[in-house]
This record gives sequence, C-alpha cells and structure tokens, in this order.
Amino acid sequence: METTVNINDITENDLNWKIDYDADRCTRCGRCIATCTFAALEMNVERHAFTVSEDKTPEPKRLFSTLPVVSQVATLKDHCVGCGMCEKVCPNTAIRPVRNHETREPLLNHPGGSPIKRGGRTNVSVERTLDKIKVGRISQMTDPSLDAQRHTFDVLSPLGRVLSPTEIPIKIENNELNISGKMPPVHWIYPIIFGDMSIGALSTRAWEAVAIATAVLNEKYNMPIRMASGEGGMPVKLMKSKYLKYMILQVASGHFGWNRIIKAMPEMIEDPAGILIKIGQGAKPGDGGLLMAAKVAKHIQEIRGVPKSDLLSPPNHQGLYSIEESVQKMFLSFNAAFKFKVPVAIKVAASSSSVSVYNNLLRDPYHIVGGFFMDGIQGGTGAAMEISLDHTGHPIVSKTRDAYLAAVKQGMQGRIPLWAGGGMGMTGSLAADAFKMICLGANGVFAGKIIIQLLGCIGNDQGRCNQCNTGLCPTGITTQDYRLVKRLDIDKAAETLVNYMLSVDTEFRKLMAPIGNSSLPVGRSDALVSVDKDMADKLQIPYVC
Amino acid sequence: MCRIGCIKSLDPFHPRFALNLMLPQQKGHDNSGFALVMKDLSGIFEPYKKYPILSYSSTAKGRDIIEAYMLDRGFGRPVFQWKPKTKIFTDQFDFEKMDYYGFEAFALPVITQGTTEEEKGEFLLNTHLELREILEETGDGYIFSFWPDTLTLKEIGNPNHIGDYFNLWEENEAILAKNIMVQYRQNTNYDIVRYAAHPFFLQGYTLCANGENTNYVKNKEAQQNLHRGYIGFESDSQCFLYTLHYTHHQLKWPLSYYKHVITPLPFDEMESHPNKALLLKLRESLTHLEINGPNTIIGLLPDNTLFTTCDSKKLRPVVIGTDGRMVGITSEVPGLNMILPHRNAENDIYPNERETVVIGNDLRIERWKQQ
Ligand code: SF4
Ligand code: SF4
Repeated sequence: METTVNINDITENDLNWKIDYDADRCTRCGRCIATCTFAALEMNVERHAFTVSEDKTPEPKRLFSTLPVVSQVATLKDHCVGCGMCEKVCPNTAIRPVRNHETREPLLNHPGGSPIKRGGRTNVSVERTLDKIKVGRISQMTDPSLDAQRHTFDVLSPLGRVLSPTEIPIKIENNELNISGKMPPVHWIYPIIFGDMSIGALSTRAWEAVAIATAVLNEKYNMPIRMASGEGGMPVKLMKSKYLKYMILQVASGHFGWNRIIKAMPEMIEDPAGILIKIGQGAKPGDGGLLMAAKVAKHIQEIRGVPKSDLLSPPNHQGLYSIEESVQKMFLSFNAAFKFKVPVAIKVAASSSSVSVYNNLLRDPYHIVGGFFMDGIQGGTGAAMEISLDHTGHPIVSKTRDAYLAAVKQGMQGRIPLWAGGGMGMTGSLAADAFKMICLGANGVFAGKIIIQLLGCIGNDQGRCNQCNTGLCPTGITTQDYRLVKRLDIDKAAETLVNYMLSVDTEFRKLMAPIGNSSLPVGRSDALVSVDKDMADKLQIPYVC
Repeated sequence: MCRIGCIKSLDPFHPRFALNLMLPQQKGHDNSGFALVMKDLSGIFEPYKKYPILSYSSTAKGRDIIEAYMLDRGFGRPVFQWKPKTKIFTDQFDFEKMDYYGFEAFALPVITQGTTEEEKGEFLLNTHLELREILEETGDGYIFSFWPDTLTLKEIGNPNHIGDYFNLWEENEAILAKNIMVQYRQNTNYDIVRYAAHPFFLQGYTLCANGENTNYVKNKEAQQNLHRGYIGFESDSQCFLYTLHYTHHQLKWPLSYYKHVITPLPFDEMESHPNKALLLKLRESLTHLEINGPNTIIGLLPDNTLFTTCDSKKLRPVVIGTDGRMVGITSEVPGLNMILPHRNAENDIYPNERETVVIGNDLRIERWKQQ
C-alpha cells in the first residue's frame, strides 16, 4: 500500500457545503463563478475518458479529452457557504450546494488561532417553546368569539412610562377628571417593532428598504409600526424629515453616530418615536457591538464619524456601574435631551439576572424608564464569534413570563412596557409568536432577522450563509459593496415586507377573535395551553395533550 | 347565563318581588344557586339602621367561632337578630342547607368611638376579612356582608326551593327593603362555592354580573395587589365589583369613569374626544382592569344609587322598566312583566354598549353616554 494521500490537505468533503455540479448540463456560461461572492467556485479543467466504437463491428477505443468545468475551491478561506446564488443564476440547473454532514470545517477553520466569526443567530437548533404553545381557549357558547373581518380591534401597545392611577396628576372638578400636570410621554404603537439593525450592519439600501416599508405601513395603511435605528445613527436627511417620528434612535456603548444626531437636533421637525439605550444583545450577551472593517465603507465612516477599521462598541457603557446609575445618568440625560417628550427605553440581553434589573427599574422614582426590551438567545447579529452565538444567552419566553409575573407581584404590570425579542417569527409566523408572547405578558415584540429574510436574506439557522460579518453578503443586505447592494431591488424588498406585515395584521385579528378580545390580550395566559408539561409548569399555563 | 336583577323602589317591598322578577327568566337545568342583597331596610330592622348587620351561614361550630370572635373584638352580643322562619328541611329541598343562617346587628365597639365614617368602614371591612379567614381555615362558615342596613342571603341549589325554605314567597311586613339585588344562578360549572354567587359585596358596594369575564386572569392579577379586600376571586365577576370599588371608593373618581376604565373607548374614537389626553392616560394606566365581555353589570353604590352598564360588545341582554314608584333592572323582560305588569313597556330602556343607566334614590333615570 502506498502513501497516496496527505490527510491534512483540505478537500471538498472537509467543508460544510459541497458543490453538486453536472458537467453535462453546464454550458460554461460562467455566471455561477461571477456570482459567488465567496470565491468558492473556479473554472478548472478535467480529464475525461470515454470509450467509442466507430466500426461496424465493435472495435472499442478509449479516448481522452480535456473538459472545462466549474469546480469548488477547497480551501478554508474561500469555502462555499451554501448561499445558493450559483443555483439561482444557473440557466441549466447544473449546479447547487449540498450540505455536508461529515464536515470538519468547524474544527479546522481557525486561521492564526482565531475563533470562527459569523452573523445570523444560534445554529444549535433547539425545539422552540413558542411552537409548543397553542391558543387553546376558544370562545364559543358562553362567550361568543368575534368576527375577525368586521369587528374593530385595537392592536396597539404602549412605549413609554405608564403611571399608576394615583400617580397621574388628576384634578376632580364638577364631577369631571382633568389632567393637571406633566407626565412622561407614552406612544401607542404597533406591537411589533422592526428591530434595531444599523446602517453599517445593513447596507444603506437594505436599511432604506426597511425604512420605506415603515413609512408605507404608517402612511398608507395606518399601521403605526416603528423602526429602531440600530447603533450608528442614520442619514441626516431622514433625521430632518417628518419620517423621524417613525424611528426609534438607538444609543449603544460605542455612542457611534450620536454626534450627528445631536447636531441635527435643532433642525428636527419631528421628535423621534423613542430612544433605545442598548445595554446588551441576545445573540451575543456580554459582547459589545462589532462592525468589521470590511464593512466600514466611506459613507459608513461619514455617518458614524470614524476611520476605516474594525468598529467595536465596548461591552459596557462607560461610567455605568449600577442600575441606579443607569437610571439617573443615562435616562435622565436622554430624556432631557428631547425635553421629556420622547420615551427612553432600555434594551438588555435576557439573562438570569434580567428580572432583578426589571424589578429595580420598576421602582424608578423618576418615571423615566419608558420600556424594557429583552433580547433572547435566538436574536440575530451582524457579527459575533460563533461561540457566543451558539452558547451564550437566555431563552426569551420564560424570561418574559418571569419578568411579567415579577411585575404582577409588585402590582406594577404594564408600568414599564415589556418588549421581547430574539427569534420572533423564526419558524415563519411572526403574528403567532407575537400573540403568544403578549398573552404571556409582553406588551409587544421586536423582530430583526425575519425582517431581513423578508428583504431577501437566504441565511438560516442551520448554518446556511451567515456571512453577514464579511462584507460579502450575497444578497446585498449586509454589505457595503455597491456591486452587491445592486442585487437588492429595494422597492420589491420593501413591498414584500409591507405585504408580510399586512398579513401579520390580519393574522393578529384572526387570533384575537377566537379568544373574544378586541384589544391586545396582554397577560392573558389563560388563552394559552402547552403540549409540554414542563414548559406549561414553568410558564404557569395549562398542560394539554 | 346567570339571570340577574335589581329592584329599587320608593316604598319598602318584600323579597318575593325579587323572586318574582327572576322566576320567569329561569331556564336550563342547573339552578346552582340563589343570592340576594337587601339595602335600605325596613320592617323589623328599621330601628337598627345604624348598626352593621353580619350576614352569614355556618355550621354549629362556625356559629360559636363567630360569637367568640365578635365578643373578643368588643362587639358584644348582637343588639338584634333576625331568625328567618324556615320550613322543616326535607329531601324535597334541593339545596345544601347549612346549620345556621345569621343576620345579626351589632353595636360598634368602643374603640371606634370618635372615628370618621371612613375609618369605621375600614374597621368593618377588617372585621369581615378576619372572620372570613378564620372560618375558611376549618370550612365552618361563610361571611357575606357586614355593613349597616344591608342583608345578604346566599345559597347553592335550586333557587325556588331556597326561596321556599326561607318562606320568601310569602309577603309580610317583617323583612322589607327599598333595594334588592338578586341572582338566579344558571351556572354550567357544578363545582361552585357560596362565595361565587353574586351579588358580591364590599364596603357598601354591591354588584352582580352575568357572562364570563374573559379578562379574568388579567383583572385578578392586577386587583390582588390593589386592596386588601380584593380577595377570593371565586367568581370571575368579583373583578367587576373590585374595579368599581377601586375607581369609586379608592380613587374617588365619579361613577361615570367606571365605564371609561372597564370599557375604554377605542383609540380611534378617543382621537376626536375633547379630553383625549385624560382618557388615554386612564386607559394606559388601568388597562389591566379592562373587561372584554360578554357581561351585563348591575351595581349599587353605598348611597344606594343603582346603575347598569355592559361590555363594549353588548353581548348580554338587560332591560330597565319603571312604573314611577318602582324600577326594575333585569336580564330579560318577562321578569319586569311579572313585577311591573301595569307599567308602560314602551318606555322600557334597552341600553347600548356605551351607556351607563343610573337610577337615583328619587327613581330618576339618567342615561349617561360614554363619549
Ligand atoms: S452556494 Fe454560494 S457560496 Fe457556494 S458556490 Fe454557490 S454561490 Fe458560492
Ligand atoms: S444573505 Fe447576507 S444577510 Fe443573509 S445570512 Fe447571508 S450574509 Fe447574512
């Protein structure tokens, strides 16, 4: 036996994805190679053997020819990520990526000792809690269900600090109540927020598509959807436009973009819908923000006021060392910045300690915390280490329930609206997920990854693509490369998002009608049942089978 | 659906009117209970109008417990008690009889001397809650109300039989009142307790309602921290009473705001409201006390103002009729026909989903629009 193989060479079967290529169907048009942003395909030549017989009697001859073929680049650097763009462009169905279950890539791909970085969300599939919860309380005889088509439904949730009735400055005169003082701002908005994805993480065009969809849903369809900007600011033109009122501005630990926001303030004709102070993110709790240099294009440098380099937001807000500190300093200053007219909320990664944080904020004597956003382990990110994505974080469902019940215990449910995110709509139905979270006690949800999936992202939670950190996004969504961005038809993308949200709205009504509720069933856990006993016990809802 | 009703009259009347109001509305098979609350009493209780009356049912042991407790708390022995002249109990009576039905008026202990009416009200509630808790430990009795000029009877079983046993069908001059709220329970839930039977009572407020409270869990979770008297929750309709007590008694808001709390205007309609800012704040703040039907609510305030209102979908019937000296509110019109056959039925009121109909002690009927 000879030493015919060097087993340390990387070959296709070591990689996550293998290319299934049919040379007979291929016309060598080269589109797949031109399309692959990961340089995972190349033209090659192969020696092909075939046998012919040209005489009347069989006279087999073995011939050889050299054929141009498309082949996979078998390196750890330029590996196929399964995005399927080659398959999409091939006019002859000659090529497609196939998942390689025998992959060794996760073990091997650590150039220079670096951990794997990627975007997306956790790829360690677990059964989803929300899929095991059903809306089991159907109104029938004693409590007729509503007509989803004709009944008026109030599908709105608060953002802002809600006062208890004794805290509202009320005067009673001549048998009438009147407000007699100032109160924190509260906006009633759609219970789904387009979650905070920054320009920078997203291409400007993709971000714009979400912003356009937001405006259309508000202006044309009267759905008060709000979009959170993500860290890093937003175009000055938008800040000075009337559409600012649909935007929630984010400030994260890097404070990127805030210079420009502050400068634009005097010229703002509308207040933003809210301010979201990001403390943590569910996909990578404990990590700061990360925008790889590859994505820091010129316009991003301008918006954020930074040079081209990896942009790291620290994992902590500097100078914030306690909850009291966060309340007093950050909230007060952001509230003051917008003259106490804009709700200021906080976003944290769900964690074992989030309930204590929430409890503490609930007792805030200044009434300036206008929302508690909790992001669960299924939340997405533009860039993080795989180890964080796959192994850190806290599921959102029970955490939301715990936070709600903690507030109930204090008699303070609803005082600081609870917004939950992290994998909302992951298995396709954002309406069902949002509805169930609301019944468990959330006031609303925020969603990110499903939004970009609607724009055209083909990534998924089984390791497909997830290259959002590389600047090579094949769909033009998380890249700043103008050639790739051109792949995205933003009008179509916005239209898809609008259509999806319109259907979500109808679906919402379809869920409210059978439980007989014309306004959002916040905390109506009695409407839910679970087919899993342990989940049912944990969430304090009935177990059914 | 429970059949509910309330009669208010310028002249004191006997509870048989309340039974007659309910009788023609009886349907179904269940008949799992009967309850009535009488306020503004006459007859034998006339001289004791100032004294709180303890209405309860108990075992023999429960009665001893109550007696010992009241002595211990400085109430002494009852200044007056009504012993209903009951029939001899036989198997014919289809209800679960308790050993004792107490209707006992007490003089207030000396420690309450010099206290305000409000403080006395708190003291009476504390006594009520403590007694209830003690009796609950051993299951020896039920306290229904402890309040001046108020009498409550509750029992589980066939309402006609209960009325029969207590001789409530036979009119007399002994037990009379100007207000009687009543309920014939037609519950589909067989496993009920006495406390679950409406009308419910708290510090002079009494209320009955029908239909399921679909926001029960929300309401209950919000109320259990609001006030020490918001307990039990044996029936989802207790939530309506607690919200009434909270807004009217605790927050001291005028009655018209009860409707804004339980069935706030839709956001769209609030937009054009002159006091939009206030209504929005109330809705924000008290969203967990909202109800979503299907319910009719009939309530009596401590001053005996009577009102009815319903959920915003108006999924339960209710009708109000009067002959000028007596007003009846009830689920279905045959009840009114029985007690007020001579009234002009054309003037009957069938309130809509945005109305609160209010009847003062002079029997003037006002229809308040929620707008
Ligand atoms: S699937 Fe995507 S990454 Fe893989 S070869 Fe095709 S285009 Fe390239
Ligand atoms: S298509 Fe773009 S946005 Fe989607 S997973 Fe791939 S790189 Fe990320």
